[in-house]
Amino acid sequence: MSMKRNLLAAVAALSMLAGASAEAKTLKWGAGREIASLDPYSFGETFTLSVLNHVYEGLVRYTGELKIEPALAERWETVSPTVWRFHLRKGVKFHNGNAFTADDVIASLERVTHPTSPLKGNLPAYKSATKVDDFTVDIEVNGPYPLLLNDLTNIYILDKEWMVANDALLPTDSGKGVENYATRNTNGTGPFKIESRRADAQTVFVVNKDWWDKPVHNIDRIEFTPITSSATRVAAMLSGEIDFTNLAPLQDLPRLTASPDVKVLQSNELRTVYMVFNMKDKLVESDVTDKNPFKNKRVRQALYQAIDADAVQKRVMRGLSRTTGSLVAPAIPGYVPDLDKRPPFDLDGAKKLLAEAGYPNGFSFLMNCNNDSLVNEEELCQAVASMWSRAGLKPNLSIAPRAQQTPKRVKGEFDVITFGWATEPMIDTYSLLVQVLHSKSGSAGVFNWGGWGDPRIDELTDKGGVELDPKKRIPMMTEALKIAKDEIIFIPMHQQPMAWAIRSGSVDVMVQSPDNKPRLWLAKVK
Amino acid sequence: MLAFLVKRLAEAVGVMLAVALIAFTIFRFVGDPVELMLNEQASQQQRDELRERLGLNRSVPEQYLAFVANAARGDFGISYRNQQDVFPLIAERFPATFELVIVATVLSLLIGLPLGVYTAVHRKSFLAQALQFLSVLGVSLPSFAVGILLILVFSVTLGWLPAFGRGEVVKLGGWSTGLLTKSGLTALILPAVTLSFFQVTLVMRLVRAEMLEVMRADFIRFARARGLSEPAVQFRHALRNCLMPVITVTGLQIGNLIAFALVTETVFQWPGMGLLFVQAVSFVDIPVMAGYLMVVSAVFVAVNTLVDMTYALVDPRLRVDTVGGGHGR
Repeated sequence: MSMKRNLLAAVAALSMLAGASAEAKTLKWGAGREIASLDPYSFGETFTLSVLNHVYEGLVRYTGELKIEPALAERWETVSPTVWRFHLRKGVKFHNGNAFTADDVIASLERVTHPTSPLKGNLPAYKSATKVDDFTVDIEVNGPYPLLLNDLTNIYILDKEWMVANDALLPTDSGKGVENYATRNTNGTGPFKIESRRADAQTVFVVNKDWWDKPVHNIDRIEFTPITSSATRVAAMLSGEIDFTNLAPLQDLPRLTASPDVKVLQSNELRTVYMVFNMKDKLVESDVTDKNPFKNKRVRQALYQAIDADAVQKRVMRGLSRTTGSLVAPAIPGYVPDLDKRPPFDLDGAKKLLAEAGYPNGFSFLMNCNNDSLVNEEELCQAVASMWSRAGLKPNLSIAPRAQQTPKRVKGEFDVITFGWATEPMIDTYSLLVQVLHSKSGSAGVFNWGGWGDPRIDELTDKGGVELDPKKRIPMMTEALKIAKDEIIFIPMHQQPMAWAIRSGSVDVMVQSPDNKPRLWLAKVK
Repeated sequence: MLAFLVKRLAEAVGVMLAVALIAFTIFRFVGDPVELMLNEQASQQQRDELRERLGLNRSVPEQYLAFVANAARGDFGISYRNQQDVFPLIAERFPATFELVIVATVLSLLIGLPLGVYTAVHRKSFLAQALQFLSVLGVSLPSFAVGILLILVFSVTLGWLPAFGRGEVVKLGGWSTGLLTKSGLTALILPAVTLSFFQVTLVMRLVRAEMLEVMRADFIRFARARGLSEPAVQFRHALRNCLMPVITVTGLQIGNLIAFALVTETVFQWPGMGLLFVQAVSFVDIPVMAGYLMVVSAVFVAVNTLVDMTYALVDPRLRVDTVGGGHGR
């Protein structure tokens, strides 16, 4: 019988909870997918990190306009070209009441850069951290490195005492099958605390009344529910079961817009999409076997001019993408408007260029595309392939999920691929230059799968990578981008569309930043 | 009985080993988890180290043997994406799937049995013909289409039922149940109906076919001759003799329903094992995929064994120890 009583008590408690939360200002967030874990160091995924940023904070953070501003550090200076000194904010408390001090920063940095840490790559220049006093920390980097602050926006600070008490000082290790207390429990300094979590069902955040910052938001409670099926997510938005989604499916935007209660927030994200060439000595799958036609700039120019960018924008991207001639989005340091000009669409010109290059009848090549990675990637590939066919080329399409295509891409088994780069998490042109355009050497050029590049770009990237003065550094980045543009190393296509949706009856203010990260501490509900 | 059980247990172990082997052979074609685990900033060296640490450089037989050796100790590794022990991760989601499947099964019997009897008895009536026609539709409509249709009607247009999730759940020891709260029950309706859609038509057609056969039997004629009422003849005499195959098929279908639940769970964001598996596939989360396949094959084997045992209990002729594993109906 006591079982039954317990049940009744549980039901009563639940209904009381439900009653209490009805009073509170609640935001029901229907997300596109579940976060990987509650441990901010467990899975290097932008979305998971952006959700956990409501609970955990870094030393610095981005504003809604993507400017870096102080967070847990009040100010900083460089002591030497390789040592940065951070002065920590005093009086900050973790959710469990522990005080935030230099020890927490050092323990967190050691945890995130530990050899088994899945997030090690997010702090590539880190060498060591030393405590100067309780509220001052020195971070030493491997060499002069201008982008430490950008990296630190994504490195959240955990409480050392809490980690020690729960044996969570080390990160998880997939290799050895070691899990961690922090995977299922949190203790941060952020604007919200986690009240409860049922994976794949609902994670509830409640406001942290002792937050150090003056809140702009007025939210008491966030109910975060992943809804992986797009059709269901749209239905939930229309039926009012969710107030906000950070992933409104593009094909359903007309339906959402047609509903009087729903407002669609549509703009373009930082991710720029390119067509990328295999630039090695031979093509992988082609009727030209003695050389690589793509090494001839006229051929690349022909492929560029054969693409009708307006048609792609209108038909494939439903008028939602931003056609670009630049390899980085306007919000990214290093961009200048001059880079954005595209050569005009000119099919006859393209045919002429191909004939001049010695391919009057075109040639065949292998085009490798994903169907689950970029926005409308499959349709984009089919459209571009048919435009190239009109110019007399013979592209062979291979379309499959990312998990299957990526290994082939990494091995260089392609002639042309679609490729997207957002410069996350650093949000700077340097990320594209050092990771993608730089020739493969040491830790640079990890994504240089096709052997493209230019010695001048390498040189500018290396120089810019150790230049601490932004006034000198950013023009170097711009110049490298200009060389890439003049040489047509890649064919830029567009910045991808992103779309959120809110119920206008329940959400008052929602800040949509170009990095596509929800920052609900800047939002207001009605 | 004991010998029978021991034999079944040995068979079960064989099945599980075979499933694991097939799974590991297939995983080679699913893709590369490392690319998805590290973000854009990781260096080539870090990628290589991680691949080495995960043992992905080893040959398939080696990876398989390591998996079996660990699984024998009850260790399925940790999820690449969630960084949690696989077994608890799946166990946590088992109740949701189980409740959904059981409710769908009960629904299919409650609806399918009477419909089957009706279509058998009134073969010529218009309604029976219409039901026959609809059952063809039921078999051929994919469950995601049924799910989305139901959501459009009952959540978006009418606003009666939730479109996603499981509502409030109550913890009973290690089990979470949604059957004790109003929101849990309302959330269960649409996914259970979606999942049982195919099952209803199956039960109905099976009952109809069996009934038609039994109704021609002599004992039914005698029952009628004794002056029993028509419903009594239909339900007490005829239907009782149809139930055996229906129970068998329903039992065996539970395994299939768990597999089918994968689609329904994805449509309704039902936090069960199927949803976990679908997400694991898109992230090439090998430990979770392997763990899920093990659990589902274990359920299949257990259900099959239970059905065999029920048979042996109900029908003395089958107690001779010559029962094979297969069921040729």
